[in-house]
Amino acid sequence: MTTTYELSDLDQVEAESIHIFREVAAEFERPCLLFSGGKDSIVMLRLAEKAFSPARLPFPVMHVDTGHNFPEVLEFRDRRLAEVGARLVVASVQRSIDEGRVTEETGPRASRNRLQTTTLLDAIGEHRFDALFGGARRDEEKARAKERVYSFRDEFGQWDPKNQRPELWNLYNGRILRGEHIRVFPISNWTELDIWEYIRREGIEIPSIYFAHERSVFERDGMWLSDSDHVTLLDVEEVVTRRVRYRTVGDMSCTGAVDSTAATLEEIIGEVAATRTTERGATRADDRVSEAAMEDRKKEGYF
Amino acid sequence: MELLRFATAGSVDDGKSTLIGRLLYDTKQIFQDQLEAVERTSMQMGNEHTNLALLTDGLRAEREQGITIDVAYRYFATPKRKFIIADTPGHIQYTRNMVTGASTADLALVLVDVRNGVIEQSRRHAFLASLLRIPHLVVCVNKMDLVDYGQEAFEEVKAEFREFAMKLDIADLTFIPVSALHGDNVVDRSPNTPWYEGASLLHHLEEVHIASDRNLIDARFPVQYVIRPQSDEHHDYRGYAGTIVGGVFKPGDEVMVLPSGFTSKVASVDTYEGSVDEAFPPMAVTMRLTDDIDVSRGDMICRPGNQPMVGQDLQAMVCWLTEASKLTPRTKLAIKHTTRAARTMVTDLQYRLDVNTLHRDESAEALSLNEIGRVTLRCTQPLFFDEYRRNRATGSFVLVDETTNATVAAGMIVGAGA
Repeated sequence: MTTTYELSDLDQVEAESIHIFREVAAEFERPCLLFSGGKDSIVMLRLAEKAFSPARLPFPVMHVDTGHNFPEVLEFRDRRLAEVGARLVVASVQRSIDEGRVTEETGPRASRNRLQTTTLLDAIGEHRFDALFGGARRDEEKARAKERVYSFRDEFGQWDPKNQRPELWNLYNGRILRGEHIRVFPISNWTELDIWEYIRREGIEIPSIYFAHERSVFERDGMWLSDSDHVTLLDVEEVVTRRVRYRTVGDMSCTGAVDSTAATLEEIIGEVAATRTTERGATRADDRVSEAAMEDRKKEGYF
Repeated sequence: MELLRFATAGSVDDGKSTLIGRLLYDTKQIFQDQLEAVERTSMQMGNEHTNLALLTDGLRAEREQGITIDVAYRYFATPKRKFIIADTPGHIQYTRNMVTGASTADLALVLVDVRNGVIEQSRRHAFLASLLRIPHLVVCVNKMDLVDYGQEAFEEVKAEFREFAMKLDIADLTFIPVSALHGDNVVDRSPNTPWYEGASLLHHLEEVHIASDRNLIDARFPVQYVIRPQSDEHHDYRGYAGTIVGGVFKPGDEVMVLPSGFTSKVASVDTYEGSVDEAFPPMAVTMRLTDDIDVSRGDMICRPGNQPMVGQDLQAMVCWLTEASKLTPRTKLAIKHTTRAARTMVTDLQYRLDVNTLHRDESAEALSLNEIGRVTLRCTQPLFFDEYRRNRATGSFVLVDETTNATVAAGMIVGAGA
């Protein structure tokens, strides 16, 4: 058999991601992998397994728990991490509220989205993490399109988009002072379609809410939000049952579902390839606050 | 599917962001909600047309000032290839951003305004592309609509550019007449330029041959991480994880480990899926050797008959990336080269290069932000390197200020010795 020594596009981004995981594990003392139970963090977990196989992950996994999770996702998280043998750290937004570190928003549109930043930064300080792997992708959002693979955060966890470290070749600068940290984005160069194709190729299990299912939902701001204890309905809002699926996994109070009949990975990939809206535009109230909603939150230390 | 990474350079007025917006728009990579957001913003800003540049200018400051400040990465795919665009600002004050975006590119796309011809900026972009050894350079002669799609105007720019490019080392140079605003020759060939017989930009991007750009001759494997599972099942496992940056490695190959110079054989090349028959760039693998020898991060695995240069003294071209300090002889810095970290001192600044005229100023005493020069470095430990022109991975390095931890320079190795 002759070989052309070529890697497919998916193999190339996979190799790049594995390289980044290993680089961080080699150069930092206390890295940690952020895990939401969403498709991107599930792919991240698989990449981390690949990077260190046959050894276990040389770092713990952290879930920032808003208390407003989809139960299906929590169940999935615990099962998957047990399979991998990874150590789980839970950073609880409820605890931040109970301890008076943050104040719960009120009103029907209250969300714990922004509160997570404090919980996250507190956990980083408490565990003295110096590198946090995140599953953000540059194709997701325009502020993220400008983000480095190694994204420096000062002692306040802030991102300064106008003063980022130049990042050349695959030579990453991980030098920091005590109290500072780096957010690392190994799947920066993956697209949403790459993620789905990889999940299919690798046969990776994902939470059931990604597939079309019947759900009690109500319409708000052009999205289908799930009816749950975590949201308060406005007078005009009416709960209906629809066949939907989720394109992203976030907080129940701000993650919208899309109408869908896609019950298999093949069907999801078909839908993603044909869709005309971005995943965050379609399903995330947190990004709709303003043109620069993501940039503003990221500067404060958000994911 | 193949992956092509390309970098674009140009300034506000060249229509670079418009061209990228056009590529994304015409290949249907722009989503409804993104387009609506851009239309809304364009209207608010009082633009006459939907300003496609707003698609790529993602930061608040960029939208406010109408300029691209930082490298933005964009993704699109056609049935033939997947593309990653590093969209970089063109102005001289952002040379460092362009160097950043260009460092991993297979192809550089430079825009020239047909009415202005080859200006200082075009020359600088072409030079940087050649300095960073981007194998393919495409010159889009833009705003053809403003010269009535005249062939003569296009040929004039082409001749002028070629003349300058002769002084540079550019392997593959292509010219395409376009109008980013109207889409001529961007995705499809335009009826407005019947005299142009080449491919449209997109067609060229889909077809340009990149497979042979990698170095498959010099086997190079910088050890990144040692895998030693502390488990009963894999008690004796000791694997060297890393990314192949040159050549091909197969089980049974005789290899040498630097700096120790010990030789051994490849026992197996492992991945999560199991062992593979061979590994080549840019595969990330774990290599096991038949002998139990001391190997750690920063070591280099190569072939006994094909070794990189080994030494503490380097000759290199560097681009200075910070305004906070200058590079002068005796400057001490941290150096990161492959997976190896050391300290280094600038022992000599041989000349500063004028990136517009290529004039070498041998009387220069320092390099400031965005300046490029040739230096001699002395490192605290030996590095294992190749000329940058031979291998981008083993020929490149970054310099880091040990006080501020800022990345202050990008370096391309020219050779060994003081």
